[in-house]
Amino acid sequence: MYSFDLVRPTSVADATAALKKKDAKALAGGQSLVAAMKLRLAQPRTLVDLSQLAELKGIKKDGNAVTIGALATHAEVAESSVVKAAIPALADLASGIGDRQVRNMGTLGGSIAHNDPTACYPAGLLALGATVRTNSRTIAADDFFTGMFETALKDGEIITSVSFPIPTQAAYVKFPNPASRFALVGVFVARAKDGVRVGVTGAAPCAFRSKPLEAALGRNFTADAAKATMIGASGLNGDLHASPEYRAHLIPVLAARAVTAAGTTR
Amino acid sequence: MTATASPIGQSIRRKEDVRFLTGAGQYTNDITARHTTHAYFLRSPHAHATIRGIDTSRAKSAPSVLAIFTGEDLVGVGGLPCGWLITGTDGKPMAEPPHPVLARGKVRYVGDPVALVIAESLHQAKDAAELIDVDYDTHPAVVNGIEALRHGAPQLHDVAPNNKCYTWALGDPTAVDAAFAKAAHVTKLEIYNNRLIPNAIEPRAAMAVHSRSDDSYTLHVANQNPHLERLLVSAFVLGLPEHKVRVIAPDVGGGFGSKIYLYPEETAMMWASKQVNRPITWVAERSESFLSDAHGRDHTTHAELALDKDGKFLALRVHTNANVGAYLSTFASCVPTILYATLLAGQYTTPAIFCEVTAVFTNTAPVDAYRGAGRPEATYVVERIVHQAAVEMGIAQDEIRRRNFIRTFPYQTPVALVYDTGAYEPSLDEAMKAANVAGFAKRKAEAEKRGKLRGLGYAAYIEACGIAPSNIAGALGARAGLFEAGTVRVNPTGSVTVMTGSHSHGQGHETTFAQVVAGRLGIPVDNVDIVHGDTGRIPFGMGTYGSRSLAVGGSAIVKALDKIIAKGKKIAAHLLEASDADIEFRDGKYTVVGTDRAKAFGEVAFAAYVPHNYPLATLEPGLEETAFYDPTNFTFPAGTHIAEVEIDTETGVVSLVDFTACDDFGTIINPMIVEGQVHGGLAQGIGQALLENCVYDPESGQLLTGSYMDYAMPRADDLPKFKVSNTVTPCTHNPLGAKGCGEAGAIGAPAAVMNAVMDALASAGVKHLDMPASPHRVWQALRAARA
Repeated sequence: MYSFDLVRPTSVADATAALKKKDAKALAGGQSLVAAMKLRLAQPRTLVDLSQLAELKGIKKDGNAVTIGALATHAEVAESSVVKAAIPALADLASGIGDRQVRNMGTLGGSIAHNDPTACYPAGLLALGATVRTNSRTIAADDFFTGMFETALKDGEIITSVSFPIPTQAAYVKFPNPASRFALVGVFVARAKDGVRVGVTGAAPCAFRSKPLEAALGRNFTADAAKATMIGASGLNGDLHASPEYRAHLIPVLAARAVTAAGTTR
Repeated sequence: MTATASPIGQSIRRKEDVRFLTGAGQYTNDITARHTTHAYFLRSPHAHATIRGIDTSRAKSAPSVLAIFTGEDLVGVGGLPCGWLITGTDGKPMAEPPHPVLARGKVRYVGDPVALVIAESLHQAKDAAELIDVDYDTHPAVVNGIEALRHGAPQLHDVAPNNKCYTWALGDPTAVDAAFAKAAHVTKLEIYNNRLIPNAIEPRAAMAVHSRSDDSYTLHVANQNPHLERLLVSAFVLGLPEHKVRVIAPDVGGGFGSKIYLYPEETAMMWASKQVNRPITWVAERSESFLSDAHGRDHTTHAELALDKDGKFLALRVHTNANVGAYLSTFASCVPTILYATLLAGQYTTPAIFCEVTAVFTNTAPVDAYRGAGRPEATYVVERIVHQAAVEMGIAQDEIRRRNFIRTFPYQTPVALVYDTGAYEPSLDEAMKAANVAGFAKRKAEAEKRGKLRGLGYAAYIEACGIAPSNIAGALGARAGLFEAGTVRVNPTGSVTVMTGSHSHGQGHETTFAQVVAGRLGIPVDNVDIVHGDTGRIPFGMGTYGSRSLAVGGSAIVKALDKIIAKGKKIAAHLLEASDADIEFRDGKYTVVGTDRAKAFGEVAFAAYVPHNYPLATLEPGLEETAFYDPTNFTFPAGTHIAEVEIDTETGVVSLVDFTACDDFGTIINPMIVEGQVHGGLAQGIGQALLENCVYDPESGQLLTGSYMDYAMPRADDLPKFKVSNTVTPCTHNPLGAKGCGEAGAIGAPAAVMNAVMDALASAGVKHLDMPASPHRVWQALRAARA
């Protein structure tokens, strides 16, 4: 790790000001950034620790949505009675991220700002049609994840919370990479009054919605309908652990399992 | 524990665990010297390149840098030696290319150490390393052993044309050919035994201290055999007087073979500690461990088994390509030969066996002994081909093994070994019972209803432990002795300190050895301390590898105890005014036979050190004895492992639902420790079968599995609850009857698991699958079989 300056603002305004410094980087949970710094792969000159920003914390139900502060840890989301009651699939997703130590430190905002192509949350945000709130605007999940490790966030923009509409049925099924246990492929299926949305992570350079699965499940919300959907391998990731064809094969298989796990309409 | 209840065979809790579990262990990196400096090794980013020049000038002037050394600075320093000379079928010695401590002229694998940077802090050393300018002229790399032999392959060493280290053979090819000519059935098998990265929980670490007062060196190092390390580093590499070097391997967090060897890092640090006149400390980062620890396995094998019409094995023919990496590590040469081909008889009466092995240099980390070392590879060949032969001939898996078991001992195999004892069918029977093989058909049918494929796999393995005797090993090329030494020091108050040449890095010797001593002397286990891992305190010993510690190291202690007991008899006879012949020693007491006149062991010890009433004219005071024990033969642990798997055909996921091991380790001193050793070995063997795989990029030679993001280690939830049991046929030629248990799990498990996977996949038409049986590979095999 190279040496760096640590600043610890207590207001969002101070944090945004600090992030304007050269080579400044926001520290949310640090579960990706600190590891990269230890390997000298990332070398921020200033690290802006967001942990003191009270307005980025908290989980609450807002009418037909659950709003989760950007600094909510994966463990907090997994164990939140609000999330478990309203969107159990999201609590389940959070409970399967990393290991206990990672879940106790890693945060929702940190995860989606980093947009690792194998992270779980992006699939959940896409499938649930979430809205990302920042210090300056709101961004629909569909517009938020723009590419591998790329998001719509502008320099210095800070995620404050994410709002998840409550679906009628939802489930997330992760197929873990045998080594890292990140998602080799992860599929989040959510059914709402206005239709079915399917978020896929791990399979491509960036999480995406599977329109063929959404169409098929929109017509017929069954495991068989998911399984019968063919997904092309073009554009999917190939690496040591899975070919694009294998990932393409897993997407409808996992979608089918998610439909089964989604259970009955609430 | 009372002195009279023998601790032998009792599951006493491990004495060492208190300090390990409470963070009181003293590992190499816990030990600090005043004014220590920090080492950082700059490693090659290229798999194969000529070093045109190294400019360290900018780096040397970086803040707090004491020194930077490269290969050119280590003038007069020898290369790292290989401890076993293999003579090829051409009658010539193996190619032994120089293995410089720091690269000279060329780098040959990603991670090859190029420069040693010494600074006041690790961060400063790393910062300085970034300022070193190495001018590399890169060359094409070859990482695969088969590819490396091909015409036109990149050449690693001038002294090894075609990258060949040796071609070596064992067995009678004529007898094998004749047997194949009359065979009713021949089974053929192509297998790749995947390369593994050891991953001890404690990375390699060292601290080198030079003392100006007497020009001596102390090397603290995470190592499995401190005396061997000392011998190699002083006499063979640095040219230092052995008595001026002390090697201390304190608590060591796992070795699995990877800490047997003399590595470049500690060698360079020792040399440098005198140059900078400061202690130097280093601990490998995990990424360095992946790159630079000696790897394991990496065999490509073609095997053929000839059978008669009844499924009796007539002959086995094996050709193996062994990838030894870029340089010969300390024992690299003997692993795919002496420790491999000699085990190809397995538990069977196969009358003719021929094995030819070609060892090959590639642009990869050196490969050496890793838990099992040659024996897992041999077991994998034998048990996979036996499984396939049974399938092809329509014989039940247990039946084909029963038809071929060795049943009379001693048994001379056609591959040099003489098995002293064993009983293979009882292990098979007990394992089958514990695995409920009888109920398998029902479980398989039930799984099918759920759309899953279920399979059962056997491995009836044998291993050879406690490599010996020294003179025969020497004739086979060993450049070291294979004995073990132990000193038993009885203190005046009757407590006992034992100095052993064996080294514990997770095995629990401090408990097991104490049980042996306490049992023999009739004293409480708590009155015995075991000292190991410090050449300044222990007699010259060979350390721990190859499941040898109890069988060889324990036997040396027993020999020393025999001397203690004999001397004690003379002292007791004097005290009791009886003749030596009338004294017997039992339950911690010397008694005049047929009387109640007795002296406790502690009283005798006290008399030995306070010799007021003592036969000084005929007997020296004191009660301390040393013994060296050189075994007359290997020991031959054996057993049957049975794995049961269930495969999800949609995803290719293999679930190991059950694993049974029935092992014969001879006499068992501490059943709990033995069970723990088996569990650990099984986890590693199952890891090899289902998860672990070291992969280098075939073009660039970069290590693709250089972290836990890509190298899949087994986790607790990958493993079922093991069913472990034992049969016992005591070893016939050592005083404990012990055979060794450390490696059995890693030896039996890969074949058992893969046979179960092949059994499950058979109905889907899959004929071939290499380890690890990852979901992706299983899915691909299923898809290919359907096509």
